[in-house]
Amino acid sequence: MGHAKKSRFPLLLTFLVFGYAFLYGPILSLIVYSFNESRLVTVWGGWSTKWYSELLQNEQILSAAWLSLKIAAISASFAVVLGTLAAMALVRFKRFRGRSMLEIMVAAPMVMPEVIIGLSLLLLFMAMDDILGWPEGRGQTTIILAHMTFAMAYVTVVVRSRLAHLDNSLEEAAMDLGARPVKVFFAITLPIIAPALVAGWLLAFTLSLDDLVVASFVSGPGATTLPMVVYSSVRLGVSPQINALATIIVVLVSIAVLFAGWIMVRQEKQKQRENSQ
Amino acid sequence: MSALKLMQRLPGADFVSNGRHWIIGLPWLWLTLFFLLPFLFVLKISLSEAALAQPPYLPFIREIEDGAMTLVVNFGNYMLLFEDPLYRTALINSVEIAAISTLLALIIGYPMAYAIARAPQAWRLPLLMLIILPFWTSFLIRVYAWIGILKNNGLINNTLMSLGLIDQPLEILYTPTAIYIGIIYSYLPFVILPLYATLIRLDDSLLEAAADLGCRPWKQFLTITLPLSMPGIIAAAMLVFIPVMGEFVIPDLLGGPNALMIGKLMWTEFFNNKDWPLASALAAVLLVMLIIPFVLWRHYEQRQEMQGEAR
Repeated sequence: MGHAKKSRFPLLLTFLVFGYAFLYGPILSLIVYSFNESRLVTVWGGWSTKWYSELLQNEQILSAAWLSLKIAAISASFAVVLGTLAAMALVRFKRFRGRSMLEIMVAAPMVMPEVIIGLSLLLLFMAMDDILGWPEGRGQTTIILAHMTFAMAYVTVVVRSRLAHLDNSLEEAAMDLGARPVKVFFAITLPIIAPALVAGWLLAFTLSLDDLVVASFVSGPGATTLPMVVYSSVRLGVSPQINALATIIVVLVSIAVLFAGWIMVRQEKQKQRENSQ
Repeated sequence: MSALKLMQRLPGADFVSNGRHWIIGLPWLWLTLFFLLPFLFVLKISLSEAALAQPPYLPFIREIEDGAMTLVVNFGNYMLLFEDPLYRTALINSVEIAAISTLLALIIGYPMAYAIARAPQAWRLPLLMLIILPFWTSFLIRVYAWIGILKNNGLINNTLMSLGLIDQPLEILYTPTAIYIGIIYSYLPFVILPLYATLIRLDDSLLEAAADLGCRPWKQFLTITLPLSMPGIIAAAMLVFIPVMGEFVIPDLLGGPNALMIGKLMWTEFFNNKDWPLASALAAVLLVMLIIPFVLWRHYEQRQEMQGEAR
């Protein structure tokens, strides 16, 4: 067996090298060309950072980025609350009426094509506006409502797997000592599932920040998000400012992921040290 | 009797004070209102007629003359979808593109997931993180990156021409090939992660037993590894197939103006032609087409979850 494994190793390594090259090649090309002096993205005109300074002076992109960040932060926060409730319901209450319906409704938004979600929510918002007078018109509020809805599904998956592997003994001990369920939740359950809540929030935030299709359907003339601006400039062809924007996003995300990875590795080591003592 | 005690005695007070009802009720109501109910509106609008109005469709219940009301249900949009070759082609194209790209993504993703699962333990987490990392950067921008690579004076053509391998640039951008590349590239992480999840749970002793009994590596793979990873394969396939059926960004940016897929056609009908009823009918047809793959996906996903929890 040991011999068979060794002989297969170069083949597996080749798969990995080509696979990662495929995943990272396009991203690297964006980064390299963002420093290109020439406006023609494919002709190399020497190193330059002028697209970055142009990007930082582009009022349209900056205000769209600000709006997108705001929408992402608000919708992610609400999505974490709703998603955590849904995860609690599915893990803690094994049997209730409408359980299978909730299972389906929580899973479906993850695979549902965005064009369907966008169109159907727009029609709902228009009908609500007609009947209830809310949400008035379309814009920031409708985008937040839409993003909450599809992001909560992802939060549910993340929090649910954490809750399912949770050791109940601490909560039971607190209950036995007379703590009320609400107190138990905030004092014991919440701190234990906090990493999953953070991961869920970040996921919801990213999904909201990245969404073009749903936002295009449910937004009004007043609210233009960053992906909408990127899309309209990309449709006209390759644009060096978008390369600069892409580079900034990739660098920020990489730093965040490296940081998260570092914390995970450190926690793992600490656990091992505690176990060995 | 104090007001508080009185309130507790009211019928329904238990219901409100019981946390269980809130925990189940709130997400349930939210999703019913914002996920399920909207489909009914899609269905309703798909049965109405387009008009130059705001909103751009005619109401169901209309006044004909002398205040008499009538209910007008219009199946014309659905008839058009199945009779007009344009829409029929788009429906068939979407199924074809989704099916082929799912297969290709599995063929590329399986060896990668297998290699990560077989890698030394210290490597696995960094390797997985590198798979997930592109997913956290903008999807739109990653698709856009391929324009610069594939276009006539793009990276691939410039390289090949300067090496003297070709005289004429290869036409890749705005062809189906570009759509396939874009889809496989964007959806690869969704294939690798569920496959990895099943492959890492694979019991090594089965393979060792087979090897001891003289089973050759290829046969081990075909008779043990592949069948045991089937739930992962199906979950991964559905995670690609279902969303790709309605994909808009990739066919729009890489497929060019002639690319015909349902998602793109829906967008055009809605935003450019302002034909909301036809866009709704397209959405309804797409939804019906996705029910079977969706049920398959849920079935295998739940099996995986149960295995994960039983571990």
